[in-house]
Amino acid sequence: MADSYLRQSALASLHLIARANQADSNAGLSMGERGFLCQWVVRGDAGNAVFASAVKDVTGCDLPIEPNTVQGSGYINVLWLGPDEWLIVAPDGSDAGPRLDEACKDIHAAVTDVSESRTVIVLAGEHARDVLAKGCALDFHARSFVVDQCAQSTLAHMHVIVHQRSDAPEFDVYVHRSFAESLWQWLEDAAAEYGFAVSNPV
Amino acid sequence: MTRQANRLGTDLVAGARIDRSKSIWFTFNGRRYEGHEGDTLASALVANDVQLVARSFKYHRPRGFFGAGAEDPCVMVQVGVGAETLPNLRATQVELYDGLVADSVNAWPSVNHDVGIVNDLMSRLLPAGFYYKTFMWPASWWTTYEHVIRNAAGMGVAPKQPDPDTYDHMHIHCDVLIVGGGPSGLAAALAAGRTGARVIIVDEQSEMGGSILASRLLVDDKPGAEWLASALAELGAMEEVRVMPRTTAFGHYDHNHMGLLERRTDHLGPGHDIARQRMWKVRAGQVIHAGGAIERSLVFAGNDRPGVMLASAAATYVNRWAARPGQKTVIFTNNDSAYGVAADLADAGISVQAIVDLRVEPGAAALEEASARNIEVLTASCVVETRGKRAVEGVTVMKLNDAGDGVVVGERRFDCGLVAVSGGWSPAVHLHCHAGGKVDYDEIQGCFVPGKTLEAARSVGAANGQLDLADCLTAGWQAGTNAAADTGFRKPGKVPKGPTATAVEVSPPRHVWIIPAKPGEENKVKRFVDLQNDVTDADVRLAAREGYRSVEHLKRYTTLGMGTDQGKTSNIPGLGILAAELEKSLPDVGTTTFRPPYTAITMGAIAGRYTGQMLEPVRRSPMHHWHENHGAAFEDVGQWKRPWYYPQDGEDMHAAVARECLAARNAIGILDATTLGKIDIQGPDASEFLNRIYTNAWSKLAVGRCRYGLMLSEDGMVMDDGVTSCISDNRYLMTTTSGNAASVMGWLEEWLQTEWPDLKVWCNSISEYWATLTISGPFARDLLAELCSDIDVSNDGLPFMSWREGTVAGAPARVFRISFTGEVSFEINVPASHGLGLWQALMTAGEKYGITPYGTEAMHVLRAEKGYIIVGQETDGTMTPYDLDMDWIVSKKKPDFIGKRSLGRADFLRDDRKQLVGLFTEDPLEVLPEGAQIVDDPNAPIPMPMIGHVTSSYLSANLGRSIALAVVKGGINRKGETVHLPLENGRTVRAEITGMVFYDPQGERLNG
Amino acid sequence: MLIIDCPYCGKRDEAEFHYGGEAHIVRPENPSELSDEAWAEYLFMRSNTKGRFLERWVHSEGCRRWFNMARNTANNEVEAVYLMGETPPKEVSK
Repeated sequence: MADSYLRQSALASLHLIARANQADSNAGLSMGERGFLCQWVVRGDAGNAVFASAVKDVTGCDLPIEPNTVQGSGYINVLWLGPDEWLIVAPDGSDAGPRLDEACKDIHAAVTDVSESRTVIVLAGEHARDVLAKGCALDFHARSFVVDQCAQSTLAHMHVIVHQRSDAPEFDVYVHRSFAESLWQWLEDAAAEYGFAVSNPV
Repeated sequence: MTRQANRLGTDLVAGARIDRSKSIWFTFNGRRYEGHEGDTLASALVANDVQLVARSFKYHRPRGFFGAGAEDPCVMVQVGVGAETLPNLRATQVELYDGLVADSVNAWPSVNHDVGIVNDLMSRLLPAGFYYKTFMWPASWWTTYEHVIRNAAGMGVAPKQPDPDTYDHMHIHCDVLIVGGGPSGLAAALAAGRTGARVIIVDEQSEMGGSILASRLLVDDKPGAEWLASALAELGAMEEVRVMPRTTAFGHYDHNHMGLLERRTDHLGPGHDIARQRMWKVRAGQVIHAGGAIERSLVFAGNDRPGVMLASAAATYVNRWAARPGQKTVIFTNNDSAYGVAADLADAGISVQAIVDLRVEPGAAALEEASARNIEVLTASCVVETRGKRAVEGVTVMKLNDAGDGVVVGERRFDCGLVAVSGGWSPAVHLHCHAGGKVDYDEIQGCFVPGKTLEAARSVGAANGQLDLADCLTAGWQAGTNAAADTGFRKPGKVPKGPTATAVEVSPPRHVWIIPAKPGEENKVKRFVDLQNDVTDADVRLAAREGYRSVEHLKRYTTLGMGTDQGKTSNIPGLGILAAELEKSLPDVGTTTFRPPYTAITMGAIAGRYTGQMLEPVRRSPMHHWHENHGAAFEDVGQWKRPWYYPQDGEDMHAAVARECLAARNAIGILDATTLGKIDIQGPDASEFLNRIYTNAWSKLAVGRCRYGLMLSEDGMVMDDGVTSCISDNRYLMTTTSGNAASVMGWLEEWLQTEWPDLKVWCNSISEYWATLTISGPFARDLLAELCSDIDVSNDGLPFMSWREGTVAGAPARVFRISFTGEVSFEINVPASHGLGLWQALMTAGEKYGITPYGTEAMHVLRAEKGYIIVGQETDGTMTPYDLDMDWIVSKKKPDFIGKRSLGRADFLRDDRKQLVGLFTEDPLEVLPEGAQIVDDPNAPIPMPMIGHVTSSYLSANLGRSIALAVVKGGINRKGETVHLPLENGRTVRAEITGMVFYDPQGERLNG
Repeated sequence: MLIIDCPYCGKRDEAEFHYGGEAHIVRPENPSELSDEAWAEYLFMRSNTKGRFLERWVHSEGCRRWFNMARNTANNEVEAVYLMGETPPKEVSK
């Protein structure tokens, strides 16, 4: 048997955790990778009571029906991605996906594991909105984009899901794994004028 | 030279916007000059009595300052040196900084001694359309002509080195965007800002204020500067208001999308580490155009001599920069606004010789200003000539007849170094028009004013034809209030009052588009319409007589209004002359189309941060850095970086690929195939869906089995291919080619959502979930067996075209027994985070078998040896499955699938379609170039009838000879025949048409 | 750049969308029964309208849903958006 492998997050090669220790207190924002989240894309009919209650039972969250919103339980977040599409996000080790799949086996719904497909880059702090605005046409002004709002769009020509987590403001930026290094490189360049610190979000 | 000989003292101009205590030294055309903080390059040169700054485009005539801002057509300069240099900037818009280096453009060897002036001496021979008439024949010589003409036209030089500066982009949204920081714009910003709306106000100049900066009129009974300071202080304190000087709104696009260019460090000179310029992409709820108006000149004899200047520019140089544009002055006008200029100049100690007014009756207030300063006013008069060598030394004035088309005998002569001209005002309607806004003709003002627009936009102040300060303030305030209200912001309570000024009564202007010359000299003089492109009234009239009746054709033929200023001062006079010649009204002649950008913007700003490494996002597999660390050369496949080959110890590409190919057939090759598209397809109708998408049948694919599928577009052409596996009941995993991953996913969704919403199927992309590692070759199974204990990987346990789930090297895995090499081959899929670990485990355990990573080039060779196609290489959107000799994959039983009906169209059944075959060159070591054309008869006259071309071509190390795939007309039935390939170097290569499978034709190795 | 009001996500920049050509072209039920001419009509023939045009768009960088839009091709005014499978709203039906 070969040596046991190491799981690698999408940005592992950038050694962000090591850089996180050199925090800069004057930084205009912080950036870090929230890796190894469990993620499932869920497809189904929002009007189907069995489907909605299955989501509620498994995740503890109401199925978000309102476009561009997130329902969170503190442990799990459910992001609205489309009229029949949601993203369930949970910490590493969660079994919410398989349980939901089981709960939906008699209805026309689909649960697909996409945990490995995207990583999350967390942007937080005073200039987080400015950095996003450099590459994304969404309106991130506090009047327009609020806590637990989400949207799919492009950031620096890369497809992303943006979820505002707090008023700090703090944003989770979901990016496809293969693009993650490109996006990080772009973000570092965009953030340079404000000064940034690498964070180690959990 | 005296330092700043023409700088006016504070005794003469008190409120200038320069800091006289701060000197700035700069170099122009090799000489050092002094200026002050707040100066532009133009104002500093004026202050230093530098009059000759440029040469015109065609005749290389001397040019001086004509305007004071974006409207100036002439004074283009090259600013900065080396990599930082920028060509063709207007000296009137370049802010001075210490050490600035600027030079004239379009002058060789120097602006004072320009050899191009011979063009001027030959100008009789260079009429309108000269280049078109002369250099179009013979056509093949055009490239030679063009080279010489472009050199002679020389518009400054682009830097040769990469741009050391950075640029960036910023998106921003607002409720109200105000273009122009003059009195109407500021009033609008105050009104809108006070409602709490998100407001952006931009101005292209270094400070906000617009005409206030050069005017001595009172606002709210205060000096303009004082009011300006308080307005800016209030705006600055509003949280939701962004005030942006040095920012040009260069384009108004659909749905209130506005482009702004902010110059962040240009005024500081080189060596700053923030982005030099930033392009803002604005979405505005409401737009207020308050960009002011542009003064026009008059078309009179000798009107291009340096010293002839727009009246407003003369006042601006004096009032804003305390720079004296001339000692003795004659004002030449058709309207009242130049009387204020005369007063300003006189108050600054400049001797105003006379005001020459085309009108019989100037306005009363205007006349009063003149008489208060003892300035002689010559009514119903015109300047019939200017005198002087390189610059104006005097003018001759005559009485104008009633019709305005001739003069009355009797002339007055004045000595003067400055002729301040006003031909009326044209609102800056450019941005309004960019987004499809219409214009209306204002007969009285002789200009186009903004008309209907579909945008949520309005124009106010001078930009809307309102020239009086009091009107501008009122209209601006109203527009700001209304625009904010339209976006949902209203200030509660009593409607507050906006800023005010005293209204001034004016008399209307008189429009005479061509000012008569001295009697008998009509055919000798030059009257310029377009000072940059040297277009005279005679050129316009000639063009009209030659039949260029459309204004758009006139523009191209004469170059009127082309070039870097796009006719900001020349358009209306040109149209007036054309209309007169055609005996039409001016609005019936129409205008040319205004297109973005309003003023030129740099390529750097357009590119923003997307240059160099960030030109385009790069996609990397989880094993990317391993490949990098092991010396891989990479190939771009879409946005992916894929290992192309892994050269070792001085190997060239050929040697590395040969080694990799041999290893894959004799030991183990390992390939990073992560880039393949993967789609999870679920639902009770999933197999029916696959039946409709693919050409072959899918109903009977058992769980654990895989099948190759071919996808057509509805026109019957091959679109994609790949292996799809049955994962569980009603669940499939489709793979696509790397390049088509996203488009196939979109294709499936399109059919499900738009044509077959009744099908119960869900598709989700999982391309990014899996890392795919392919091991191939005679020892691949032994290696896999070592690392995988929970799957029976024997030929019976895991037969060809099947898959199993288990663990490999401890990672959860799906192992697919499929092959793109013709060898026993396993595609191991693990969650992406395990990819690198598994790769390393396979490399370590495989070392004893001689495991060798291979790249895309070896992959191409190996599959070509087996005759496997690559969609996009063997196909180009015109290949059917029959053309590929793949009839076997097209179901005859299925009633329908996408593209089926097209396969029956007559053109598809022709037997002379280009069909895919193999080629063996006569010389086994001759590798044909891909794309080489195939002919039957190499001796046929050129152009030879071409019967096909090479799609893939390699030297096969395994076969010890070259192989090629090609499409040949009717090729499937021509095997064994010889064809010819004439190559670029004149050689012709003979080749034999063969089958496509060059290696292991029985497929024995696959099942080994 | 247009603003397109995605019926699901709301107003977004045109850059998030892809164009899908003329709307309401229905795939024939039984293509095999069609003459070559009739099939070519379905496959290739599209109107090239100046003025109001009913067309398909997909919110490719957002919710990935297809929908219909009535747009004036002469001035880019978006007159209506409506769901796939729906008939055009009264105000834009010809």
